[in-house]
Amino acid sequence: MFRALARVGATESVAYRTEVVVWLLSTTMPLVMIAFYSAVARDGPVGGFDQARFVAYFLATFVVRSLTGSFVSRQINLEVRDGTLAARLLRPVHPLLAYAAESVGALPVRVAVAVPVALGMLATLGEGALARGAAAWLAFFASLVGAWLLSLLVSFAVGALSLFMDWSDKVMDAWLAGLFVFSGYTIPVELFPARLRAIVEWLPFRYQIGLPAELLTGAHAPAVALELLARQWLFVALAGLAVRALWRRGVGRFAAYGG
Amino acid sequence: MIAARHLSKYYEVQSRPPGLAAALGALFHRTFETVRAVDDVSFEIAAGERVGLLGPNGAGKTTTLKLLAGLLHPTSGEVTVAGQEPKKRDDAFLKSVTLVLGQKQQLLWDLPPAETFELNRILYDVPRARYDATLRELTLLLDIDLVARRPTRQLSLGERMKCELAAALIHRPKVLFLDEPTLGLDVAMQVTLRGFVKKYSETTGATLVLTSHYMDDVVALCPRVILVGKGKLVYDGALDALARRVRPDKHVVLRFSRPVARVDLERLGAIVRHDDAEAVLRVDPARVHEAFARALAELPLLDLTIENPPIEEVISEVFATGNPDGGAP
Repeated sequence: MFRALARVGATESVAYRTEVVVWLLSTTMPLVMIAFYSAVARDGPVGGFDQARFVAYFLATFVVRSLTGSFVSRQINLEVRDGTLAARLLRPVHPLLAYAAESVGALPVRVAVAVPVALGMLATLGEGALARGAAAWLAFFASLVGAWLLSLLVSFAVGALSLFMDWSDKVMDAWLAGLFVFSGYTIPVELFPARLRAIVEWLPFRYQIGLPAELLTGAHAPAVALELLARQWLFVALAGLAVRALWRRGVGRFAAYGG
Repeated sequence: MIAARHLSKYYEVQSRPPGLAAALGALFHRTFETVRAVDDVSFEIAAGERVGLLGPNGAGKTTTLKLLAGLLHPTSGEVTVAGQEPKKRDDAFLKSVTLVLGQKQQLLWDLPPAETFELNRILYDVPRARYDATLRELTLLLDIDLVARRPTRQLSLGERMKCELAAALIHRPKVLFLDEPTLGLDVAMQVTLRGFVKKYSETTGATLVLTSHYMDDVVALCPRVILVGKGKLVYDGALDALARRVRPDKHVVLRFSRPVARVDLERLGAIVRHDDAEAVLRVDPARVHEAFARALAELPLLDLTIENPPIEEVISEVFATGNPDGGAP
């Protein structure tokens, strides 16, 4: 069942060529950041980041964002507004599983973008720019799965808010604003002032993008990596609980508008 | 197969007068009113029955249908469909029912309907051999062999509706909920869909609950009707019995070879419509024979037919008078 839904997701993800191109363009923020921080670090390292490290870090965020981004909230919002959520609710499969499978189905297109970037990174910056050792790579893949799940669950939870309010898309906009600032997507978390960083480490945003990018570039010692991974999966569990509560209550309120 | 007992669904909706001041006031103090979309409705539908759920706009018929399908949770009362409680949406329930909403779609928009058919085969766990046989039959009956291979977004409304029906029936549900399935379709397509639904119901023994504004759909498909108005059940019974009770009179349709004076027609019955070529008279059933004989003897007739009043008039009269027993309440 999951495979069939994923296949649909894969087929849909390539149905519009223009949409694929637009999506590609929307993921290029890290490349802009590379240009920006390369200029900033031209005269010397900034907070431990030299030009090469900036390039490696933002290429890593590009890979992570490409593989873990989720647009489920927009989809749910649309389906609640136009009533097509009704068709989804009448299928013998939980909508979260269906959205997850469709999201997995879209991965091949994303991998086709991310893998060449990762290989290019390896070729230009050398192996020293990446994590070293099986344990480090294992930690990276665990954080990547955690980031994907966290993004999916957060997006699903915000989408489920559409069952309570008309403007859940604005909630997602606010979340994305937080994500862009505090996740390490535009500013590496390491560069935040100590006090702000202490707060950011207990916000979920970093665990959606920053942590996997940091682990891919070998930024943390094993003990720190494990602690951060534990925090990430704690946020995954909390997001799971939020989804469960919101969905159960929200579906009971579904008005199946129109018709 | 379907039982609803004291079923109610209320909504709280915001209420405020128009204007900027009222809009600003609503920021601080909101007032709500309760809309009783379905109000203490009870009925039972046996396996294999075909029932029309009728009523004016906002009567609560689509809400009732969505309660039966498990999309909405009742405010109070109980409902069971195929032995299940719809709002739980257990797999066993979802695999035994289907809901087709004329204005909504389950087909994957960017992909050909064939992809939705295949997806539904897997989701509903339909054995391959049965799926192939069902799909062959649906494709033949609905003539969708070619259109099922084109992206849904490129299909006409009629083609899409036929594919929607096919997608909804892939798992051979025991209960069909159809909400305005012929809305917006041309007459020929309406006839095709009606014929198909009737045949499906007769051959599989499926139970059908239909809402439609097209009385032709109801007359063709539903021997029994449930009338709802302002959320309440107004009538539950046979359609022809309702027609006989509310409008026992007959319509005598006369076509003339030359114009006939109005006064000559008034002797036969009440004039519903009259022009140089044709007239429609409303005649008491006890006087139909007499009117028939006098018309043949006295009028320059080309043709004469005796019909029941249109069902639209019957339904309109029930809702106008609020009395399904005929006459004023």
